[in-house]
Amino acid sequence: MTNDYLIPLPDLCTQYEMEMSFFINLEEYGLIEFISVEETYFIHKDHIVNLEKILRLHQELNLNLEGIDTVFNLLHKIDILKTELNDVKNRLRRYENE
Amino acid sequence: MAFIDYYKILGVSKNATDADIKKAYRKLARKYHPDLNPNDKEAEKKFKQLNEANEVLSNPEFRKKYDKYGEHWKEGDSYEEARRQQQRQRQDTRYSKDFESQQYSDFFESMFGDAFSGGRQGSQIKYRGQDFNARLQLNLKDVYTTQTQIVTVNGKNIRFKIPAGVRNGQIIKIKGKGGKGINGGPNGDLFIEFDIINNTSFKRDGDNLYTSVDLGLYKAVLGGEVTIETFDGKVKMNIKPLTQNGYQVKLKGKGFPKYKKEGEYGDLFVTFNVKLPEKLSSEEKQLFEKLAKLK
Repeated sequence: MTNDYLIPLPDLCTQYEMEMSFFINLEEYGLIEFISVEETYFIHKDHIVNLEKILRLHQELNLNLEGIDTVFNLLHKIDILKTELNDVKNRLRRYENE
Repeated sequence: MAFIDYYKILGVSKNATDADIKKAYRKLARKYHPDLNPNDKEAEKKFKQLNEANEVLSNPEFRKKYDKYGEHWKEGDSYEEARRQQQRQRQDTRYSKDFESQQYSDFFESMFGDAFSGGRQGSQIKYRGQDFNARLQLNLKDVYTTQTQIVTVNGKNIRFKIPAGVRNGQIIKIKGKGGKGINGGPNGDLFIEFDIINNTSFKRDGDNLYTSVDLGLYKAVLGGEVTIETFDGKVKMNIKPLTQNGYQVKLKGKGFPKYKKEGEYGDLFVTFNVKLPEKLSSEEKQLFEKLAKLK
């Protein structure tokens, strides 16, 4: 993994105008994952989409971290159910019009 | 341009207090927030309306103006003059949120113009652009081989490769082809959902294909060579004597290509339907009677 894919934590604070403690809390709740390189924390750029989703839920809906965690778990379950439903629909098509 | 009843959108009465408006907005925003309703265009539209309604009704100055001219806003002389002035001064507005364009209705833009954007421009937070969703309809035959397609999203032609074996309902992501990033943020992604129409005689289940072949009585009893239509041509195979009705054989590797596994294919399952003759000549009938007596 090259450093091109890593965004330092202080940059995130500047970018999103948030306190460092907020990101540390997110990490403690398991909502984001830090990568530590030479005593600096980074976040992988692939995780930015999720991070921005967390920020929107927090800022626009006033959700606390427990609420965000719950939302993420439920969305994950919905994703799994959607995939399963899609597979079942595709299987069903095999027996239709027989 | 249609009048928009912001009170109705928030489900509050015209004499609702600020607290009522805030409460109603929060409740509905939690219900329709796009992050909680992924790929739901209706929810996204509703959320934009809620934001618009909230921005107007939660600001005393704009609420007053809206209440005054609301439904009959076209008749307000002073308002019209202000509107014309705003239009002259209007600049390209950039929003600080994830919804790049069409965040506000024409009604809102005409009524309040840039008066709002000034307040919102203070923040220069970089945001990733909006993700776009598109649906692409293809025939099953089309996705048997890898191919390149061009889709037009927001007036831009986007060329991309569709790997063979893509499934109905599958969504693929094209990185960076969504909405433009805000304030220099990265672009969003384009998500394409496939709607695969099967107008072939084959049934598909994952990477496997299913078909049925009619078999004459004599061939079923005596066995022999049959020609079977597969997805990429015909194959000949020998069937054993006394093949039963409903007997199924598997033709390995004659199914559908496996997604992103070049050169790998699922299997083709062939079910034989034994067809009895519908008419018998007198000679055939005699022979069958003779056979029956042998039993």
